[in-house]
Amino acid sequence: MTPGQNRTLLVSQIKDGTVIDHITAGEALNVLTILGIAGTTTESLSIATNVASRKEGRKDILKISGRELRKEEVDRIALIAPHATINIIRDYEVVEKKGVTVPPVIKGVVKCPNPGCISNAKEPIESAFEVLGKELRCCYCDWMITKNIASHII
Amino acid sequence: MRHIISIRDFERRDLDHLLHRAGEFAGGGFDRDLLAGKILSLLFFEPSTRTRMSFASAMARLGGTCISVDSMEASSIAKGETLADTVRVVSGYTDAIVLRHPKEGAARLASEFATVPVINAGDGAGQHPSQTLLDLYTIKQSMDLDGIEVGILGDLRYGRTAHSLAYALSLYDVNLHAIAPKGLEFPEGLVHELKGRGMEVRNHHDVRKVIRDLDVLYITRIQKERFPDLGSYYDVASSYRITPETLQGVKDRLILLHPLPRVDEIDPAVDSTPHARYFEQSRNGVPVRMALLSEVMG
Repeated sequence: MTPGQNRTLLVSQIKDGTVIDHITAGEALNVLTILGIAGTTTESLSIATNVASRKEGRKDILKISGRELRKEEVDRIALIAPHATINIIRDYEVVEKKGVTVPPVIKGVVKCPNPGCISNAKEPIESAFEVLGKELRCCYCDWMITKNIASHII
Repeated sequence: MRHIISIRDFERRDLDHLLHRAGEFAGGGFDRDLLAGKILSLLFFEPSTRTRMSFASAMARLGGTCISVDSMEASSIAKGETLADTVRVVSGYTDAIVLRHPKEGAARLASEFATVPVINAGDGAGQHPSQTLLDLYTIKQSMDLDGIEVGILGDLRYGRTAHSLAYALSLYDVNLHAIAPKGLEFPEGLVHELKGRGMEVRNHHDVRKVIRDLDVLYITRIQKERFPDLGSYYDVASSYRITPETLQGVKDRLILLHPLPRVDEIDPAVDSTPHARYFEQSRNGVPVRMALLSEVMG
């Protein structure tokens, strides 16, 4: 073991659950928000932020014990963590590994910044955005979110 | 079921088809009972004169009838009902809904809940596709929509008719000139999108420097509330006012359009020049809306 490897184990392994690796540095808490995992939920969480990564320089890692996230759940994080990988863990072994795919439309994740948009009124709808590369367009009012998407997460 | 919500939903062949149909209706040779027995609801939650009356006129000319709601206060929305519920209920009474609403995206929402076609007649600062269609129709009356120089003048940052028209023109071979005061230029996102659709937008701050190159000048209102004080508004507004002097040296075929109502943007002395087409443009609202109604209900 090299000295570098010796210093990378920041959080312990989990027995069963999901590890989300290669999250864009600094976005781990936003990823939790998108996944609907808050302080009041029951999952055991390990969060590592700004850890050294050979590929990205810095990255975040999330370990969620006792919950296997479905692909459609984790695809929602692709907007802010496009290079994330999802590892499903059972009895300390990685049984499934997959990347994230940006869906063409995301619903209920981002709030439209346009105060005049009908999606911000009391109507029985979720917000909906068309994903255009790194930008989002509101399906209702056409408002474009071109930067800082994380700040608009519901 | 076909809804008419946003000009973004149209491809060029759809626009060409509707413009052709409008021409047929304007020519007078059409079935006057085409929509006999059909009922159109006009849900206008914001004031409107031209749009509302021209839809009613179009429906009457095709043999149909209209029922209407004229304001929020006169509707169950005042009691707290959602727009989603309102359109679900109204769908049971009529064969199509024309909606004007102060919230952007209201027509899109309505189309998700209505069980009859929805036509967007303006949603806040958002889309107003029937206006764009009649703008295109008026240009087409005078010239081909390909190979022309079009200037759009006024408040291009917030003006919905300007955005919709620019977007529609990107489906044609048009050189677009954006003429706006500093700070009221087209939003960056729209320019970027138009560029992605193959349209370069040339920006100008002085209409006099570009007007001689134009085949079409589309004039929109510069609104007082965009300026910090009345003085700076009048300074800017007066430099964008179209007068007979502004028109010296322009091409013979230049046409001037305006979605109306105008305030001070066009000197009334321009009305009698061969370039003025804005009242004709307003009249074109009827055949264009006949085309839309026949498309969704015919």
